[in-house]
Amino acid sequence: MQILARRHDKTVIFDVSGDIDFANSPEVRQSVLREIREIRTSRVVVNLSQVRYIDSSGVASLIEGLKAARDLGSRFILIGLSTSAREVLQLSRLTKVFEIYDNEEQALAA
Amino acid sequence: MLAVYSNPRWLSVVRGAVERLTETLGFPAVQCRSITRAVDEALTNIVRHSYGNRLDEPIALYFRRAQRSQQGEVESGLEILLCDRGRAIDPNRLRGRPLEEIQLGGLGLDLIRQAMDTVEFTRKGLTNQLRFVKCLASASDAS
Repeated sequence: MQILARRHDKTVIFDVSGDIDFANSPEVRQSVLREIREIRTSRVVVNLSQVRYIDSSGVASLIEGLKAARDLGSRFILIGLSTSAREVLQLSRLTKVFEIYDNEEQALAA
Repeated sequence: MLAVYSNPRWLSVVRGAVERLTETLGFPAVQCRSITRAVDEALTNIVRHSYGNRLDEPIALYFRRAQRSQQGEVESGLEILLCDRGRAIDPNRLRGRPLEEIQLGGLGLDLIRQAMDTVEFTRKGLTNQLRFVKCLASASDAS
């Protein structure tokens, strides 16, 4: 798994690629929570379009990011859900919990 | 049969093997992904709960074609047995719960139950055995 951060004004976009599983989901969690709690970025976007697989620990990391963002009044957005990510969020009935857009342009315009 | 240690680095290797196996057996793509996900979640639970995140404990996975009679018709499918020698798991924790009651910690179990037709847990001596069965669905059920 690889996670790269890009910044646009008050937004950070995490481009995640590969598999998010129990071996590496702590890295996703740490990156996202640091951005929200320490750097206090007002809008955090996670691009999942290149994520081939995500397990329940990966989903838990995203939920933690969402909760932290809500606590601090910032926004936590998912974009470009891959097939695997969409399936897991649908099976978990979490698609309505997250703010989700098809792509970066929509997320930045929202 | 596949034998791995309880190091999470092997999760992706097992996923690759299960995905190829289910494809070879003719499961539709969506079921290949859900079966793979179920095995991955089960392995993760073994690493976390049965072995307490120790990295060098043994896990064995057995795969075989399964058959069962359902309303006079014989269905074929895949039987998967995961064995570990960690601490005993309380079977009550493996029971299904309404989705509304599922906390994040139970999400993996719920994904397993949604993917499989049969989920059974037994403790035999010092071994935990988790048995899955997934039948090959008809094309109309596969979407």
